[in-house]
Amino acid sequence: MQISLAVASTHLRSRLRATLVSLGGVVLGVAFFLAVSSLMRGSEKDFLKRLIDNNPHITVYDEYRLPEVQPAQLLWPDGAVQVSHVKPRAEPRGIRAYREKLAFVESLPGIRVAPVLTDSAVLLFAGLQQGVTISGIVPAKMKTVTTLEEKIVEGSLDALAADSNGIVLGTGLAQKFHLHLGSTVSVVTGAGTNHGLRVVGLFRTGNASYDEGQTFVLLKRAQALLERPDRVNRFVIQLDDATTARNVAAQIESSIGYKSVSWIEASEDILSLLLVRNIIMYSVVSAILVVASFGIYNTLSTIVIEKTRDIAILKSIGFHARDVRTIFLLEGLIIGCVGSAFGLVAGAILMRVLANVALRPPGVTEIVHLPVWWGPEQFALATTFALCSCLAAAYLPAQRASRVHPVEILRGAT
Amino acid sequence: MSAVLRAEHVTRRLTGDVPVTLIEDASLEVERGEFVCIMGPSGSGKSSLLYLLGLLDVPDEGHVLLDGQNTSRFGESELANCRLQRLGYVFQYHFLLAEFTVRENVTLPMQRLGRLSPAQCVDRANALLERLGVADQAAKRPHQLSGGQRQRVAIARALANDPLVILADEPTGNLDSASSANVRQILRDLTKAMDKSVIAVTHDATFAAVADRRIEIIDGRIHTPSDGG
Repeated sequence: MQISLAVASTHLRSRLRATLVSLGGVVLGVAFFLAVSSLMRGSEKDFLKRLIDNNPHITVYDEYRLPEVQPAQLLWPDGAVQVSHVKPRAEPRGIRAYREKLAFVESLPGIRVAPVLTDSAVLLFAGLQQGVTISGIVPAKMKTVTTLEEKIVEGSLDALAADSNGIVLGTGLAQKFHLHLGSTVSVVTGAGTNHGLRVVGLFRTGNASYDEGQTFVLLKRAQALLERPDRVNRFVIQLDDATTARNVAAQIESSIGYKSVSWIEASEDILSLLLVRNIIMYSVVSAILVVASFGIYNTLSTIVIEKTRDIAILKSIGFHARDVRTIFLLEGLIIGCVGSAFGLVAGAILMRVLANVALRPPGVTEIVHLPVWWGPEQFALATTFALCSCLAAAYLPAQRASRVHPVEILRGAT
Repeated sequence: MSAVLRAEHVTRRLTGDVPVTLIEDASLEVERGEFVCIMGPSGSGKSSLLYLLGLLDVPDEGHVLLDGQNTSRFGESELANCRLQRLGYVFQYHFLLAEFTVRENVTLPMQRLGRLSPAQCVDRANALLERLGVADQAAKRPHQLSGGQRQRVAIARALANDPLVILADEPTGNLDSASSANVRQILRDLTKAMDKSVIAVTHDATFAAVADRRIEIIDGRIHTPSDGG
């Protein structure tokens, strides 16, 4: 191996300019691979963080994934008689015996849960009216499962906890209705209840439709307004480890029966979109290395042609075909290793530069930085791909070199 | 003396649009320590016979036996091993690797064989270069040497793995008369002092005059073996 390495490095030095060009291709390929993948991974992580932080990890709804089986069907599954016109039991919608179910969910490890009663209502103020979503919450529990408190720009959730007639609105809605802290608005629900509520808090999430359409009141107030006493229609759950959401949701659903949707299930379309985006990204950045491998192929092919006589000499003195193949594969590997080493350094510098780029998107007051994320697996992936490309590029010239027949060369030599 | 190399009814043809018979039914034996010259006109098949004897080429018919071993069933790797361990080559145009120093050229076969440590390879290379009178050129590149010096380096490389047989294809064909005489004497000494067999292809009658035996080849057939001396 040592002698093969010596011959390989000698060949590369003999075509220094072409070797450097090939090397440059690998360096650029690896550097851009790292830079682009770190940007994509950074934006993906940032997006997922927002998705996970701003949404419940699990939401338990007051509905069943499959319709309830009728008692008659349970008793006579193969019965020929069909019971039709079954009159459903009339009762307020919501999770039945929610306190027991809430206690069960709270007993699970690594879980924070808040009961919520959500429905539609109409907000009336000074002749203006707008349909909104009204959510009855327990502020102390809601703080543990959402970032709502962080989004409050005036007032607080504690003020809501202290005021049974209080309401918290988005700033968009407040601007539309010219409301401010202390203003009183009327809320009319589908049950026909009309009640005056005092604004005790304003929040701003940056999501216009949410800021203009969401309101929060105390759970008991919501139950009274919606005439659904002692009912909630969802549990909002946050987990210590968001990645376990799918399993925990399945566990909850199998225990309490109500439909439990994890953030992963709820965001399947977005996650598959991210997967497609990653495939496109890796294909594009890999293309740079594929182009670089053509340069290596070209260089090594030239070396094979130029060194045909040397190959014949080596074979005549006892080098095997596999030794000759090894020499040229080593040449590809040397370019790959040296190119990857410089490429990793160049990529790391490029990532640092990108991470420090400050942007101010239109309409946003805060300066934002490009979301850059890198981990050892990206470095490993870039190096592996570069080495594979280089070896693949070296394979054909190596095969051609190994098939050189010394007699044909010696006969033609002058 | 015993035969180290024997060809038995060897035939080699080139197939193609116009088939050509390079060697036809050639048989010969080379004894240990014997100096044999193959002579003949250009295109008669001298080099082709040498390549067959040197296991660089494989006969279509017949066998080549090296040190009693029939090589006809050997694969590419086994033939390469035979060339590495038991045969040494000297070509007309020396065929040294231009990017390597003289010493590195001589150590190449030893390093490939891997029986000696790198330091021992260098020591042996130095000893061979010393013996052939080019020790002072060891650190130079081949292009910095004269034709005669290069050919002596090529002989040193051929001796690197202590082979049984040295095969030389027109070793003096590209040298002036003084260098030719020097190379001729070296090859002659190898048979006497080191008990190596030497098979040399040559046009040079002066060169052939020092051989123990001369083989003439015409149109691919061994013609009239004659005693030399």
